Amino acid sequence: MDITTLTSKKSLVWWVIILIIFILLAFVPLYAPGYAAILLISILMYVILTVSWVMFSGSTGYMSLAPAVFFGVGIYASAIIGGKLPFPIVVGIGGLASFCLALLVGALTLRLRGIYFAIFTFGLVMLMAHSLLFWELHVTGTRGRFVIVMGYNTIYYYLLGIFVLLLLTAYLINRSRFGLALQSIGQEEDAAAHTGVNVTMLKVTTFAISAFFMGAAGAVMATKWTYIDPFIAFNPFYSFMPVVMAIFGGMGQLFGPIIGAVILTYLEEFLITKFAELYMLIFGTILVIAILYLPDGLVGLIQKMWNRYSERKHADT
Amino acid sequence: MIVTFLDIVIAGLLMGGIYALIAVGLSLQYGVARVLNISHGEFIMIGAFGTWMLYKMVGINPLITLAMCGPVLFLIGFFLHKTLFRSLLASSASADIFEAKSMLASFGLLFIIQNIAILTWGADIKSYSYLNYGVNLGGALFAANRLVTLLFAVVISTAFYLFLAFTRLGKGIRAAAQDPRTAGLMGVNINQVLALCFGFGAVMAGLAGGLLSMCYPITTTMGMEYTIIAIIVVVLGGLGSIVGSFIGGFLLGIIGSIVTYIEPGLAMVSYYVIFIVLLLAKPTGILGK
Repeated sequence: MDITTLTSKKSLVWWVIILIIFILLAFVPLYAPGYAAILLISILMYVILTVSWVMFSGSTGYMSLAPAVFFGVGIYASAIIGGKLPFPIVVGIGGLASFCLALLVGALTLRLRGIYFAIFTFGLVMLMAHSLLFWELHVTGTRGRFVIVMGYNTIYYYLLGIFVLLLLTAYLINRSRFGLALQSIGQEEDAAAHTGVNVTMLKVTTFAISAFFMGAAGAVMATKWTYIDPFIAFNPFYSFMPVVMAIFGGMGQLFGPIIGAVILTYLEEFLITKFAELYMLIFGTILVIAILYLPDGLVGLIQKMWNRYSERKHADT
Repeated sequence: MIVTFLDIVIAGLLMGGIYALIAVGLSLQYGVARVLNISHGEFIMIGAFGTWMLYKMVGINPLITLAMCGPVLFLIGFFLHKTLFRSLLASSASADIFEAKSMLASFGLLFIIQNIAILTWGADIKSYSYLNYGVNLGGALFAANRLVTLLFAVVISTAFYLFLAFTRLGKGIRAAAQDPRTAGLMGVNINQVLALCFGFGAVMAGLAGGLLSMCYPITTTMGMEYTIIAIIVVVLGGLGSIVGSFIGGFLLGIIGSIVTYIEPGLAMVSYYVIFIVLLLAKPTGILGK
């Protein structure tokens, strides 16, 4: 993630634009029809998952397939304690549960490098789902749980709040020495360790912070579904989508993953409603094409085209 | 007691044969071609449905179908690598980037293949009955089709192992598994070898699918479960070690059988626990250096 765009002299303009976008977003449920709120909820959910994924994996280069774990932990936390405590506390507990799990998992596994880490985190999703299913079937004697449902507007504002917090956190991390150290891990971990960066502490902390937001989002999203079970909550799909969205959008800039998440979520919703039978086929094809032809994502492509355009302009004059 | 034990071990071997075949396939694709093929299970599904369709509609013996499915799947895998993964390999700056990209691309393939399969064959559970009678083996009773499955899994794996060990091309594949760059410098046509490996991997998956369809009901969404098992076995045997995958398959089959005997609901959980403990303790696998 590159922060120079936000700290340069243009930064004031950017801040104003971002502020306007958020003010507009805050008023959407008041004016937009019901479907728009549902669509925006899906978009916000994926944006949160993607940005928090990039926060850890984008800068350190460790490809985590664990978003579904942390998202699922949030969902289950919300299903278990929802209704017994005030909703903000439920969301906080969902995030904290994921945070603690991520600390544990991170401390155990972040010495695995490369693809091993990806495989491990993917296995973790399925381990959670199967263990929980076993627990439910044999210990509590149930399958799944009912969740106390919230209104779409409530869900929307909570997600928006989480998103704002997440952006602020990502921004502050990027600005700090902490963020710089993280990027040094992504570039050359051994060299980073030699120059005095506490590599393990950094990785584990960032992993846990990103997990917090995924868990909080899960806790909110649980209230959208009336019923959840281990395979709904711990669905590997939620691990892959953030990765795909981040790559599609481009990870070079902070807003790349956001754009990727917005476009792909809209596409997903559009295809599911219009071409339900061909949804996976079209989505898969777009995914393969994006990986093949958009190495730096959409944002990278736009930048390349912009550079070419401005070069030509200079050449003409 | 001994009969029960024998019972469990043989049941484990029967399942293990399939696991071994699937894992050897993935080991070729991941260990040699460096593609962690998430869509591996979809090739298993294609093999299973191909066999089912030919048996149900034309009445062809499933064991003959194996010989027909093999070449078709080989061509699919071969050309997939020649086109998709070849250009990914060319555009990736490092091996790590290629691994991440090719894994995501195979995730896209999973979507595409599964959607086409659902459109063609529907989403219901399918099955047929073939060689479905009991055989008495040392006091324990086993279905004939499962014994045939085990036999074929062992024969196919052994044939492939001999191919790797004693032919020139096999030597090329083993060299590419150790170090693709150096193998290329030594005159191995590396792009060809990687595509061949991917093709062979698809064949293994397809054959395993055909064998599976003789014993178990099949659905178009069955692939993911087997992909995960294959990944676990490949890690268990050591990435890139084909013999390791073969042994690992039987090992996991037996472990699964023991756990199923104690508590059926925990079989899948036990696989993951083994997998995670192994990754933490010895990520190079049982035969890894």
